[in-house]
Parts: sequence; structure tokens; C-alpha cells
Amino acid sequence: MATFTERMGPVLLVWLAVCLGGTWAVDKGNFKTCEQSAFCKRQRAIKPGESPYRALLETMELTNTRLTLQLINDNNKVRLLLELYRLQGNITRVKINELKPLKPRYEVPDVLIREPPTEPLSLLSQDENGVVLSLGPESQRVIVSARPFRLDIVEGRDVLMSLNSRGLLGFEHLRMRKDTQAEPETDNKEGADPANQDENTKEEEEKVEDGMWEETFKSHTDSKPNGPSAVSLDFSLPGVEHVYGIPEHADTLKLKTTDSGDPYRLYNLDVFQYELYNPMALYGAVPVMLAHNAQRTTGIFWLNAAETWVDISSNTAGKTVFGKMLDYVQGSSETPQTDVRWISESGIIDVFLMLGPTPREVFSQYASLTGTQAFPPLASLGYHQCRWNYNDQEDVRSVDAGFDEHDIPYDFIWLDIEHTDGKRYFTWDPHKFASPKEMLQGLMDKKRKMVAIVDPHIKIDTNYKIHNEISSRGFYVKNKDGGDYEGWCWPGSAGYPDFTRPDMRAWWASQFAYDQYEGAMENLYTWNDMNEPSVFNGPEVTMHKDALHGAWEHRDVHNLYGLYVHMATAQGLIERSGGVERPFVLTRAFFAGSQRYGAVWTGDNAAEWDHLKISIPMCLSLSLVGISFCGADVGGFFKSPSTELLVRWYQTGAYQPFFRAHAHLDTPRREPWLFGPENTALIREAVRQRYTFLPYWYQLFYLAYHTGEPVMRPLWVEYPQDPATFALDDEFLLGRDLLVHPVTEEGARGVTAYLPGKDEVWFDIHTFQKHNGGQNLYIPVTMSSIPVFQRGGSIIPRKLRVRRSSTCMEDDPYTLYVALNNQRTAEGELYIDDGHTFNYEKKEFIHRRFSFSNNVLSSVNLEPEAQFTTKSWVERIIILGASNPSTITLRTADGINQLEFDFDASMSVLTIRKPGMNAGADWSVSLQ
Amino acid sequence: MVTFGHFVLPLLLLGGAITVEVQRPRGVPLSKRQFYEEDKPFTCLDGSRTVAFDRVNDDYCDCPDGSDEPGTAACPNGNFHCTNAGFRPAFIPSSRVNDGICDCCDTTDEYNSGADCQNTCREMGRKEKEELQKLAEIAEEGFLLKKQLIQEAKHGLEEKKTKLEEFQKNKKDLEANVETLRTVKETAEQPEREAKERHLKAWEEQKAAIRLEKDRARMVEVLVELDDDADGFVSVAELQSHSELDPDSDGSFTEAEAQGLLRGMDKVDAVVFETVWNNIKEKYVSESNADIPPPGETPPEETPDIVSENDSENYPDEDIPEEEEDDDDEDDDEDDDMDDGDYKAPPTTRTDEKKKDDDDEGPMPPYDQETQALIDAAQKARDEFNEAEKALREVEDQIRNLEKEISFDFGPSSEFAYLYSQCYELTTSEYVYRLCPFNKVSQKPKFGGSETSLGTWGKWAGPEDNIHSVMKYENGMGCWQGPSRSTTVKLTCGKETVVTSTSEPSRCEYLMEFTSPAICQEPARFDSGHPDHEEL
Repeated sequence: MATFTERMGPVLLVWLAVCLGGTWAVDKGNFKTCEQSAFCKRQRAIKPGESPYRALLETMELTNTRLTLQLINDNNKVRLLLELYRLQGNITRVKINELKPLKPRYEVPDVLIREPPTEPLSLLSQDENGVVLSLGPESQRVIVSARPFRLDIVEGRDVLMSLNSRGLLGFEHLRMRKDTQAEPETDNKEGADPANQDENTKEEEEKVEDGMWEETFKSHTDSKPNGPSAVSLDFSLPGVEHVYGIPEHADTLKLKTTDSGDPYRLYNLDVFQYELYNPMALYGAVPVMLAHNAQRTTGIFWLNAAETWVDISSNTAGKTVFGKMLDYVQGSSETPQTDVRWISESGIIDVFLMLGPTPREVFSQYASLTGTQAFPPLASLGYHQCRWNYNDQEDVRSVDAGFDEHDIPYDFIWLDIEHTDGKRYFTWDPHKFASPKEMLQGLMDKKRKMVAIVDPHIKIDTNYKIHNEISSRGFYVKNKDGGDYEGWCWPGSAGYPDFTRPDMRAWWASQFAYDQYEGAMENLYTWNDMNEPSVFNGPEVTMHKDALHGAWEHRDVHNLYGLYVHMATAQGLIERSGGVERPFVLTRAFFAGSQRYGAVWTGDNAAEWDHLKISIPMCLSLSLVGISFCGADVGGFFKSPSTELLVRWYQTGAYQPFFRAHAHLDTPRREPWLFGPENTALIREAVRQRYTFLPYWYQLFYLAYHTGEPVMRPLWVEYPQDPATFALDDEFLLGRDLLVHPVTEEGARGVTAYLPGKDEVWFDIHTFQKHNGGQNLYIPVTMSSIPVFQRGGSIIPRKLRVRRSSTCMEDDPYTLYVALNNQRTAEGELYIDDGHTFNYEKKEFIHRRFSFSNNVLSSVNLEPEAQFTTKSWVERIIILGASNPSTITLRTADGINQLEFDFDASMSVLTIRKPGMNAGADWSVSLQ
Repeated sequence: MVTFGHFVLPLLLLGGAITVEVQRPRGVPLSKRQFYEEDKPFTCLDGSRTVAFDRVNDDYCDCPDGSDEPGTAACPNGNFHCTNAGFRPAFIPSSRVNDGICDCCDTTDEYNSGADCQNTCREMGRKEKEELQKLAEIAEEGFLLKKQLIQEAKHGLEEKKTKLEEFQKNKKDLEANVETLRTVKETAEQPEREAKERHLKAWEEQKAAIRLEKDRARMVEVLVELDDDADGFVSVAELQSHSELDPDSDGSFTEAEAQGLLRGMDKVDAVVFETVWNNIKEKYVSESNADIPPPGETPPEETPDIVSENDSENYPDEDIPEEEEDDDDEDDDEDDDMDDGDYKAPPTTRTDEKKKDDDDEGPMPPYDQETQALIDAAQKARDEFNEAEKALREVEDQIRNLEKEISFDFGPSSEFAYLYSQCYELTTSEYVYRLCPFNKVSQKPKFGGSETSLGTWGKWAGPEDNIHSVMKYENGMGCWQGPSRSTTVKLTCGKETVVTSTSEPSRCEYLMEFTSPAICQEPARFDSGHPDHEEL
């Protein structure tokens, strides 16, 4: 939603005219390139070669859980402290800080879910050139080389990862400003600086470069009172040609090399009309990269919340397929290798090396550090209807009625900023939304819900309670001079609460209480937009880096701000129900760990085919780094989609985790029934397919919450040894068992889907046609086609009685889709709970495993100590790839029954009629 | 699960008070009762298959068309019939059966969900009846008014037609008048033209004589100038000193070329030079202005660009103050940000030589008295003619307007004609909306500010069977990054002609509700209740 449009009044308009020039694309000139970002330019100027850093082995201290060692920069004699930890679950943590910084450097709090538990390290050997440590039982070792300093992680004879192997470690120590040295007094002070004491004579010939103490970009000056403070480090990944992650970028799943352009940038920004296929920063940042080859998957988690740039280069990137073949034939090839360099503006180096070796293990390693996806309320997996804006209560009522009239299910209707009283969040427009409770009750009567936006910028208005309270408590972020920071946003002049303060977050959370947030009811949920934070008149449309969050500069915490807003809001929704109900909060800005608080979306996209296509890699990249609950605005936010694009987008969105249509204020209405009965029917069908799969979605989200496995997955995650899958990003898996290749081409007559798995089979979920794995399959398509395949060997529970909302379907019976593999076996799971409370934490749920083998399908309890009862029963079992049995017998605790069935020989589909057992019961069905 | 259930209904037969029980499976309308015969196999209504009767409403979908489960939610495409005694019967999708939400006012859809539904049919029936009654009253009164409107429109139309006839007659007279005056005018203009031409010709001849004189004088001047050795002859060498005369302008004015110009002679005397002069006078540059480039190759005035270039040549680089350079950079930055509004247009060069030439000979002398008299007479005839033509045009305009109004689609009986050239306003908290039917819609801020066009008359845009129920106004003021504003006006029957509401359901697409008696339909006669109601 966040754009700079005409509703900001004249001041903004002028500003707009200046900055946007009315064109339909991002104005790249509003955002920095590496060259324009002084620290990035300085650090990138360091070229590979001999590192000036040396490990002082004599300073090594090894305790059971930690190795410490000093590093020295031979050029300026500044000493660093290296800490190395072996963490449980095959993770190695490397921290580098100044040994004695002038003042503390920022270490990111609140992202790790706990201090990660360590495992013992042991010394294997040591000489003057370095030390070798054992990393647990896996024959894994870390080799610390002294001169120059370098770390290699080795398993057996393979180097998994090397740090500073290219000598790009850079650590700008904090220093006093040179121009103050004119005064002798200050000079003494610096001379007495303990960090530099020993080598004071040789002390720094380092030149003062532009941008070290002040930097100006497009009339915004960053005062940089602390001077240069950047950190950077390189990582070499031998044998790796594919790296992924570091969202958020509008780019392919497989990350590209950056030698010829800018590095990938991580700096949460409100980018107006972002462009595709480039490394520019977007709304969120997760500094996690995954590296994969057919043997191993590893990950690098660079825990730093400051502006960060990531350079990627590869020794094979430039080679053609022929060149690679030649290398192979001649046997002369050097090992493929990917090199990565991380550069951050401030803070310390704190990096977690997640050593896999499987994709699943990397997911669980990352989850052990930052937590898993919040388990969402079931209803939030349904369809969401949003628009900037639904104008008033009557509009809401009539759109709600429209869904019933056209028999399209939905669970949430959304209100954007216009619902407030003058962009004062937590309030309602007194004319347009005069009786919000009445409106919410109307929705509740239909078992539907609403989301209202609450942005973090607060209108400066002494008649506004929220402002007055934040102001009087001193909770606003401060500007460099200590006053309350003010910026322009939707309400005009606005303050920005300092969400990095726990007391501020607690207060914010308390504002969601029913007695505080007037008009709210339990079916009202929240949307945090603009939390990068967006500041219309700030540098790069965000907050000045020299603004202050207590002792820390905004520079240090920038990428964390959005996470904190999200965290405090989710906490508010939990608290208002006394800790009973699960929250649902959507955020635009995010950081590592944001998965714990709810859903994200890919921001202000556009109604263009390429934006539909990019929604897949964008959400896949987020999924790989823990954020499973991802979606893109269906239909595209800016501009107006063609009917064909809109239909295709619904069909795609129906198979992506967060399924919400949204539209810009200036676009024509596009509720699903406005495009003629044929298209209404197509959209209805797509949404209904979504609802039939809700049990599977819910189970996948439970799995994501439980294990950290992503809901939406790139194919390589399940087929890690099949290089044909490594760069696929026009199709994806949901869990292991559904393969989706949406139609994203205009006027498409067919799509070619890669069906993985040489020995596997895949069933078209619509026709039940069986296809062999390990092939590119051409699928002819019409406007109604959504190519989706169920993996042979899987069992997927569905609910075919689609009703007007997911809540209405709670007690409905299940149909089990059993897709047999070549071995004529299949497995699947079913998870059921109340759908909206935290009672699952008290083991109030049903978790069952279905398995089919030897012609017997059975349901067993996966969690015997869990307790929950459901009214849902099994109304139908459909076995794909079956043969015709003579009899079918159901065995339950109540006895034995013969079941009726129907066999379609042409498709080998066996439909078992109304077995009728409760979904939570033990049972078996035998085919004879 | 819920299986077959009998539905016991009291049925109020028309004209009698005998209550009977009609048994049929749950969710089946009376009209389809005969397809559901107990104890006989049930054939799906699409004929696709036949199942045992105990499969009807057994909460499992057997028929592809959903017809075996009229009373449960088992079929995704089924329908459930609510009798809704006291109100209107209805079909609801099967998916709304037992979903915990009361859809049928008789509560029959929620027989097994635990939903606490109240039977509201009688209440709703009563309300609807009241509502219908009210509407009927309005319709009745409205329809009376409409009849009047139709009458008025009829009269109005007749009046207009009479007026039109008058205008048309008037037009004929005016046309004749125009033709007469045209002849008078043309008659007066003929002598005027001839006199003017005579005058002009005399002036041209005089000018030619003056020009010839001047040319000769210049030739002599040039001859003297060229004749460097003052021998009375112009030689090849003397001619060669004027490189601008090079016939092929290739940069080298050869002897042969010069000789060519001198008609093959080495030198020519004044007499022969006269013929040479005609060939070279266009190119010749007098020695006294030799540093000025010949006209035509560069404009007479130097462009600002050249001026500044010359300027910078005059100043060595280091003399340019540094601030100036910085300023320039800043300006450039601003230019990038802003529209290129202050971009300097390239200088255009105009050559006004012709005009100058004309001026050389001075202004044309005034007309003689005789000619002037002819001109004055012609002007008088022209003025009279123009006057007459203007009067004709005015009448033609009036005729056109009338014809337009007469031919306008004011509805089947011209009942909307009374709206023509009227305007109706609605004031909301922020704006005053103004609807001028068949003309335009606009919006004006209540507290100052300029009016915004929300569209001009486009067309009737109702559904095919009722096209006059919706008006469409299009091509209003454009929206920022969007379409131009448009307004849809929905007409409903009312005693008064008023705009009752406005809204903007989609950005820049306005919706207006407008009541008028002209849309009222002749009320149906209510005999006994509602004919399409299954009142039981």
C-alpha cells in the first residue's frame, strides 16, 4: 500500500513531482548504489590478496565451549578479538569484534531465540602456523591459519567453507575524529587509547576518505559522529555453484554473481514501483545465504542489522555449457567455487556457519537459532480480500455480500489507511466507519474476520491520545540533536516510536487491548505497513541513520526496526486475549526471526506478468530463510490487470502461502465478480481449490512451526542431488507432495513442468493422469488450468465441501487422496486442532499418520499423549494408481464393515464410498 | 450422520383452510417432489445414474449434479430449498446447510449445526410487504406525475416543432436575403478589385524602375571596386580576389573559373561587365564588409550559443570563478529531479530579408479618390452581407439546437424531457455535487475551490430491457495516473426529482442515485398478496 500519491496534500505533491517525475518505475536515483554508499565503496575497494590480519596464536584461549584469539591488523596495529563456538546441531559461530573498542559496538539482540547451546571444542594440533580444532564427532575440523589469518572448515578431505581466504576481512575500528587532533589535549587522549597503546609509534597513516565522518546523498546529510565502523568478510564455498536466499530482492531464486554490477543490498526500504531482476534493496532483509551442491547444503547467517551488501562471484559463472563440458572432458577443471563477501556499515562480525549437510538440516539449524514460523490461525490460510480502500461500512457490507452472492469463499476483508480518522492508527473515521463493532459483528455472524492497518508512524497531533502517550513517555526515536525525530508520512508530520525499547513495545502491545483499541473485536487482526520505516522526506525514503535509539544510532538497528514493530503488534494481539488466541499480523518489513510473528508480503508490486512470475522466486527465497508465510498481492498493487492476468494470478496465489488480493487506490475495482460470469467462475474455482487443500496447508504450517521446514519449497530441497532442479523457479513444491507449475505467461497454450524423481510418479490432481518423474512434461492449458501434481507415495487430506469461510468448514468431513508410487505404497499426515488458540501447546490436537502398504491403508496416532476431539470424519478415500479390489474392509474399534467402492479402470482410480470413521480414530482399510 | 429426513409442512391451499402434510425429502421444493419417491430408486435429475432411495440425503454425494443431497452439504454444487413460510421461498447453495449461519428465515438450513436461529419469515414478510406497499404508493403517485410529464413533454415537443417550423421559414427568408446581398456585394467588389489592381500595378512598375536604378549604381560601384588597377577593365586576376564568387565553391577559385565568369575573356569592360554582373551579384561581397559572411550562410544575428563560446574564448579557464562551476552542478542536479521546465529552447533564426527588400522602396502610396470611393462602396456591401449571413447562422443554430432536443432520447414517451437544461444538487460533508441531466456532472468543494468535471453526457446505459434506468456521463477531468472521471447515475422511481446519494466506489468512477417520477412504472394491481409468493 505504501506509495507516495496525491493524498498527502500539496507538500507531498510537490515533493513527489520532484522525486518521481510521474513515471511508472522506480527512480533508481533515489536509492544508493554501492559507489554512493561510502562504506560499501571503501570496503569493496579492498581487493583480494594478502590479508593484513594475523592471528596472534599466543593469545589463544580455549575453554570447553569457546576459543578466543586476538587478530592484529599489521597495517594499523589495531587488535580484534575472534571468538569461535561450536553450537549444537552442526553450527559453528564466529564472532569478531574490536579487542578494545572506543565504545561498545552494536550486537544484535532479540533475534536469536536464546543463547545458542554450545558443544565442546577440542584442540587437535597446534604449531606456529596455526591450530586445528575438532568440531565434534563428524571428522569436522576448523583450521585457524595465523599469517595471514584464515579459517577453513574441513570435513574429511573436503573444505566446506573458508573465511578470509581471499583476504577481504575488513574491520574499521572506532576512532577519534582527526580534525580534533589539532588540539594537543585530544591528541594525548588518542595516544592514551589503550587499543593502540603498544604500537602508537607506527600509528595509522590511514588517510581520511570522503564519507568517513559525513556523507551526503541527495541533500540528506548523515552526520556520522562515530566515524567509519564498517565490517566485512569473505567466504569461499568450494564445489558450490548455487547460492540462494538473502531476501528481499526482486530477483531469481538462484542468486547471480555481482562482479559486473552492484552487490545485493540488504537495507529495508519503501521502494516505489520496484523493478525486477536486480539486486536493489526492498522492504525486508534476512542476512542468510544457502549454498548447495549435489553433495551438501550449507548456510551462512550474518547477524548484523545495519545496511549490508553482499557480493557474489563464481569461477564458473562466465563459462558456457560447452566450456564446462570441455573442462570435464579434459579433466583439467578447477573445482567450481563461489565466493561471497559480506559488508555491513556498523556492528560486529557475528556469523553462524550452518553446515548442513542436508537442506532439512540447514532449516533446522537456522530454526534452532531464530525460531520457526509462527503457527497461524487456520482462517489466515484462507483467502483475503483487500483493497486500498474499502470506503465505508456499507462498502464492506456489500463486498461481503458479493462473495456470498457469487458463492466465493473468503475469510478476511481488509481495511487500509483510509479507515482511520486522519491516519491516526487505532482510530476509525467517524463518518465512514462510525460503528466498527456493528461491522465486525456482521462479519462475525458470517464466521469471517477483518484486518485493519496499524502503521508505526504516529501523527503529531496533541489531540491524539497515542501521540500524547508516546510523547510524554519519551518513547519516540530521537534525532541526532536529541529532540523527537519527525518525518513525513501518511498523516503528514509524524513521530516514530522507538520499538527497540522493550518498555515501548510493551506499551504498544497494551494498545491492542479491547478497552484501549476502541471498536476492536476478537475478529479484528492487524497489518503493519511502512515499518522499514518509511519516511517520505528521509534519505532513501527512510529514517536518518544518525537518528538515535537510546545509545544506538539508527544505522545500527535499521533492518531490525520492522521486526520489532511486528513483534510488538503480535504480542498485543496475544495479550488482548489473555494469551489464548493466536495472533495474525502481516508485515512488510522484516529481518531474521520475523517468521516468529506472522506473515509477510512482497510489498507494492504491479499488475504485470513479470510481477506474477517473480512472486514465485521471491517467496521461495523467503521460505528458504525461515519465512514461510509469504505472498504477493494478487492482481498486482499498482496498475490494473488484464482479466487474463487477474485470473492467472488468482490461480497462482491459490497455491502460495499467503493468499490476498490487493489493489491501489487509483485502480478500478476488481472484486472477483466484476469481470463477467466466465471469469467469476474461473476465480471461484481457483479460490475453492485453495479451500479444499486447507487441511494440507494447515498441516504444512504445523510442520513449519514444529521443524522449520518451509511450506513452499524449491524443488532442489526435495531433490538435492538432481542438478536439473537447482535453478528452477517457475514451479515449486508445497511440502513434499504437491508440485505446482502455475501458468504465468500471457496467452499460454501450455507449460512445460519438470517432474522430478526418476523413480517417482506424479498424478495430475484434476484429471488423475499419471506421469513419470524425471522428465519435462508439456501440459496443454486453457484458462481454467492450474497445473498441480500430487506425488505418488503421498496421502493428502482434503475437505471438498467448500463453504463461505474456513471456519464454516471446521467440522466437515475429509476426503483422503492416496497417490500410490511404483512400490504401491503411500504416506501422509493429518493435523487437527481448534484452529485458533495456543492450546496445541498443551497438546490439544490430533496428529495422525496415514500409510498405505500391502493393500492396507491405516491411520495411526503420531502423538499419543495429545488429546483433541473432532466432529470431522472421513467421507471418501480416493486411491490413485490403484487396481480393482473385490472387497474393501474397514476395521475400527467398533468393528468390521464392508465398504462400497467405485473403480474407474481407465484412470485406475478407486473411490471408497463413505467409510465414515472419525478423523481422530484408529482405523484400517484393507483392499482384497 | 444425518440421513433421510421427512419434512412435514402445513400447506395452506388456495381458497381453503385445509391443512395437509406434504412429505418430501429435506431441501426439495414442492415443484420437484415427484422426482423423490420413497422406496423407489432415485435417478439423479441429470439422468446420469440411479441409486437406492436411501442414498438420498445420506450425507454423501452420489449424483454429479448434486440432486441426491438436496438437504445436506455433501454435494459441492447442490442447492437447498427453504420454504420460508410467511416470506419468500429460496434456494441456497448446499454449502450453507449446517454451516452455523442462519440463511433461511425459517431456520430449516441449520437443523444440525447447533446454530441458534430464529424464524424471522413472518417478520420479514411483513416488512417486505410494508416496503412493497410504500414503494407501490410511491410508484402510483410517481406514475401519475409521470403521465403529466409525458403530457407536458408532448406539448413541449409540439411547441418546439412549431417553433422549429417558424425558424425554418425564417431561415428561408434570410437565405434569400443573403443571396441578394451577395450579388450586391459581388457587383460592388468587381470595380473595386480592378481599381486596386491598377493602383498596385503602377506601384510595382515604379518599384521595378527604382530597383533597376539601384542595381546599376551598385554595378558601377562594384566595377570600380573590382578594377584594382583602375584601367576600366575587370580582369581575371581582379575577379579571383573575390573567392566568394567561386562557381563550384570548392575552395579554389581557379583562373579558368574566373575566365568562365568573364565569358571567356581575360578582362571585360563596363559594357560586358553588365552581363557578367547578373551572374555574380548574388554572391558578390563588397570589400568593405568582406569580414561579414555572405548573407544566407549564417544568420545575420549570432546565436546566444556562439556568443557564449566567444565569451569563453576571451576568458582563460582559470579566470572562471569556481563557485560558478559548483552552482552549475547544483543546477544540473535540480534539473534531473525536476521536470525539464527551464530547459533552454534552441535559438531560432529568422531571416526577414524579404520584408526588408519591400521596405527598401518605401510604402505604397495611398489610393486615389476614385479608387477609395469604390472601396468604400464595396465595404458597405460586404458589411451588409456579413450581417445577413450572421442572422442566418443564428437561426441555423437555433434550428440545430431545437432539432437536437427534439431528436434527443428522452425515453419512450419523452418522460425525461423535463430534465433537459435543469440541474440538481446534493451537498455532502465535503462537496456539492451537481447533476445537469443530459449535460454534465460536477463536484465542487463546499468550502471554496474550483469545480471538477465528473463527466459530460454520454449515453443511456441501463440493461437492455430497461435502458433508461441508468445514465452514463463520461470524459470528466483526468485522474492522476488514472482514467478520466466518469459518473453513473442510477434512476429510481420517486415522487420528487432529487439526487439522493453520491459515492466513489472506484477511484474516479462516481455513482449517483437519482429519483424521478419519470422512471416510475405503472403499478401492478395488487389483488391478493404477492402472486409469486408461496404463502403457506
